[in-house]
Amino acid sequence: MTATKSDASIETGGKAAAEAIHIENLHKSFGNLHVLKGVSLSARDGEVVAIIGGSGSGKSTLLRCINCLENPSSGLIRVNGEEIRLKPDGHGGSVPADRRQIERIRSRLGMVFQSFNLWSHMTLLENVIEVPIHVLGVGRDEAVAVAEKLLERVGLADKRNVYPAFMSGGQQQRGAIARALAIQPRVMLFDEPTSALDPELVGEVLKVIADLAQEGRTMVLVTHEMKFARRVATHVVYLYNGLVEEEGPPEQIFGAPKSERLKQFLRNIH
Amino acid sequence: MLLRGLVNSLIIAAGAFGIGLLIGIAGAFGKLYGGPVTRDLLEVYTTLVRAVPELVLILLLYYAGTDLINRLMDMLGYPPVDISGLAAGIGVLAIVQGAYSTEVLRGAILAIPQGQIEAGRAYGMSPWTLMRRITLPAMVPFAIPGLANLWLIATKDTALLAIVGFSELTQATRQAAGATKAYFTFFLAAGGIYLVVTLLSQVILARAERRTRRGMPSFAGSGR
Repeated sequence: MTATKSDASIETGGKAAAEAIHIENLHKSFGNLHVLKGVSLSARDGEVVAIIGGSGSGKSTLLRCINCLENPSSGLIRVNGEEIRLKPDGHGGSVPADRRQIERIRSRLGMVFQSFNLWSHMTLLENVIEVPIHVLGVGRDEAVAVAEKLLERVGLADKRNVYPAFMSGGQQQRGAIARALAIQPRVMLFDEPTSALDPELVGEVLKVIADLAQEGRTMVLVTHEMKFARRVATHVVYLYNGLVEEEGPPEQIFGAPKSERLKQFLRNIH
Repeated sequence: MLLRGLVNSLIIAAGAFGIGLLIGIAGAFGKLYGGPVTRDLLEVYTTLVRAVPELVLILLLYYAGTDLINRLMDMLGYPPVDISGLAAGIGVLAIVQGAYSTEVLRGAILAIPQGQIEAGRAYGMSPWTLMRRITLPAMVPFAIPGLANLWLIATKDTALLAIVGFSELTQATRQAAGATKAYFTFFLAAGGIYLVVTLLSQVILARAERRTRRGMPSFAGSGR
């Protein structure tokens, strides 16, 4: 609760918290398009890593490789110390070698999408209890109890029986965050969570995410909200053209950027 | 007598529609997610069945099909079996319905926003869980209009089985009318019965459609 940004960095620096996400020399191509050209990234327990960069820099692809929604072409990915086993797909890329392994790893990564992706044939509550019951094997009563607390927390207790299509974008995204929290994720993955929202709805979603960062949750966050990244992140990675151009603590990245491209990027954003 | 014919017709229609639906689900998933060989085979199936007139298919499958099965039985050393008209009727129409269902359901699956399927994958659902919990229920509202059509066609396609002498509604009517010479009365009655079946089906299907679309805003509401 009281862990502030600087506490977290001292903790990770001093005690060397366990590594939740470890990516090494990751490459990803779509056909002839080389999107990631050897990216390495690490997120320790309790860290909030923000990935920033221009459009086409590969930041969303990088995030989506962590749970193999995109299969990396080559490279190493470890989640909670467990390496995702990959095998060649016969077309110069790779696919997960063990379906059960990747399913197990995914079921502990709370993914939040740009376009919410709540399941439209289920009510909000049903969305939140779906994975605990049908993937993790939690009992229904327990799942509902947890879900009610989470909906309360994101301010949607009164929407439990509402279908997603009848909720605002901000409500849907807060609901999607509740769905992600329901699996008790080791790491939360946010893929531009506010990019599809009307400007007046961005605040309510950012507030929920900031609360999660406050309580020391491990998160990897792809975002265009620079002020927000500066406020909540413990570590910022700037991607340019499929490579890490510069990374460091937010004060350095936003306050004293070294790379010309990063300076340019930050100037253009404001 | 007409009522017995009607019952036969409905059994065949329901059986053919149900089995056709199962073929359709398998076919749609096979076409979308199967390997190249599966896809090609299914393409041949849907193209052939949809290209040949149903009457021809029924004659072909009914006579050639039973003959083929009996030859096969003979070859394996079993005595020939007598395939009932009912079973043959269901089988033949199911093959026809399956081809159309495959295309209806394939379209419905493609209409599901991809993000919802991706969300299922991202949360570690196995392909089976994903299909059972997300893909199938999410596609239903998109599939119902097409499936409703198929059901209504199925009820009337049963009349084609009259050609192979099976006593469904149309054949029963023909016999009754022939025996009494009251052609007009009996065929009018038969037409009336088909109409009642259709109207009842529409009521049930409309209810099903409303129910499955409860997660979607209505057009009336979004038009403003």
